[in-house]
Amino acid sequence: MTTDGDQTYRVVPVRHYGRWVAAAVIAVLTAMVVHTIFSKIPTGQVACSTSNGVRLCHPIMEWRFGWDVVFQYFTSALMVKGLLITIELTLIAMLIGIVLGVLVAIMRLSPNRLLSIPAWIYTWFFRGTPVYVQLLFWFNFAALYKTIVLGVPFSSAHFFTFDTLNITAFIAATIGLGLNEAAYMSEIARAGLISVDEGQIEAATALGMTRAQTLRLVILPQAMRVILPPTGNEVISMLKTTSLAASIGVLELTGAAQNIYASNYKIMDLLICASLWYIIMTTILSIGQYYVERHFGRGALRNQPLTPIERLRRDVRGIAGKMHTSRPGVAQ
Amino acid sequence: MTDLMVDAKNIAKHYGNIEVLKGVNLQVKRGEVTCLIGPSGSGKSTLLRCINHLEKHDAGELFVDGNLVGYELKDNKLYERKSNEICQSRSEIGMVFQRFNLFAHLTVLDNITIGMIRVRGIAPDRAAEKARELLRRVGLENKESNYPSQLSGGQQQRVAIARALAMEPKLMLFDEPTSALDPELVGEVLDVMKDLANSGMTMIVVTHEMGFAREVADTVYFLDQGVIEESGEPQQVLSNPRSERLQGFLSKVL
Repeated sequence: MTTDGDQTYRVVPVRHYGRWVAAAVIAVLTAMVVHTIFSKIPTGQVACSTSNGVRLCHPIMEWRFGWDVVFQYFTSALMVKGLLITIELTLIAMLIGIVLGVLVAIMRLSPNRLLSIPAWIYTWFFRGTPVYVQLLFWFNFAALYKTIVLGVPFSSAHFFTFDTLNITAFIAATIGLGLNEAAYMSEIARAGLISVDEGQIEAATALGMTRAQTLRLVILPQAMRVILPPTGNEVISMLKTTSLAASIGVLELTGAAQNIYASNYKIMDLLICASLWYIIMTTILSIGQYYVERHFGRGALRNQPLTPIERLRRDVRGIAGKMHTSRPGVAQ
Repeated sequence: MTDLMVDAKNIAKHYGNIEVLKGVNLQVKRGEVTCLIGPSGSGKSTLLRCINHLEKHDAGELFVDGNLVGYELKDNKLYERKSNEICQSRSEIGMVFQRFNLFAHLTVLDNITIGMIRVRGIAPDRAAEKARELLRRVGLENKESNYPSQLSGGQQQRVAIARALAMEPKLMLFDEPTSALDPELVGEVLDVMKDLANSGMTMIVVTHEMGFAREVADTVYFLDQGVIEESGEPQQVLSNPRSERLQGFLSKVL
């Protein structure tokens, strides 16, 4: 209600009939999807029992999506081990990707062409070939070089020799995913570095900071605000890309699922089982990403927005407050 | 020790084909306030930035506190100084920018202490103590934990002055310090600068504030098209301009 002088009028909101229809359609479709996901179907077998001389038979039913099998294997030793390997692969590959990526980005922005051109070639090469091929390449690296020797160039003196047959599937996957990621991270880091205002660099220089100090204390912390959101995406993407390592025999989550369904033929059940683990982990990562971005957003906004938890607490407090105080009457 | 803080002889600087400075001479005595005035594009800011070697001059000799800027003269050759030596000499010259350039990711206090801690190696608690003293001096003692984006332009510029003073500079350079401010905020920044001038700081100020130049400056230089057209005491330069170009300039800004 609103008042206009002494006269009051009733306010009639606009009716969105189209939205109501759309909402109804979506509600029905959602109900159908939920119903079919949690439906049971007959196995084709029949269970019979005799009581009081009457023989009763009924068809044996099972979950269409095999939920019992999914949860039977969800915390099985092989799947949990696969989960740990997936996490390990993601962390190591992202670590290589971020450190090397930032380094390549800094090289790329160097006025020295001997640094910027190799950095460009690195990105060009690793972005230009499929990551799956790169994994196969590192796994079969022994076909190219039997040993890797650390020594004086163009002489026989050496300190350290590595037999490339020792490159396990796990090492090949880590190197392959990490080097590939570095190419993408370098572009993300470069975008962040050039987003920092020139004036910030001048102010740091005028204070007498060295180039390294300016980079570490002034440019990188501010570039983080631009670098982090896409990096969060990269971590989430990497978590799922590690499943490619199954192809060279790493028993990470997908590899473990394949390993199990190769013997029991419960293909869909185990794929759902693995997918559930993936979606749980990406959800946790998304929440973490929100708080990390918030931390590095300091100073960029006048006031930090509330976190969802803070907002919930404020709303609860608001409702509780309203229940205690009597509301002033609305104009009649 | 010479009584000249800055001695610029025949400084020239060009960007590509554009000559920004065409042989500029400038002498600044210790404890004096020098104002550089002139139309935009006249080379005032470039000259200022040459003094702390943010820009490299192409020709001429530039001395700050008796030392050549950016070079060392040995056996009749000019050796370019190493970057850490240049950083060291820059840290002894304070600079205040038109756009404030406070570090956006740091609080007011951290903005002031970062140079003391990272460049001078002063202990963090000693640095914080000194930063609070400087904040009192510029009238912002209750703003130490704010971020720059939460301050007005005038407040940001006063923090920027405190940040420069924290390094205990022997010379302060101001590059149009009030040009980006709303008119009602100009006064608070000029007041801080006047206090600083009265305390005996050697200052070079690029400015469009003729009132400030008249009141505070010991010497005013008028730059136009990369040359010093006129210089002298503010009364003489601003009230009795001899050259036609300065007369034209003053009639536009006053």
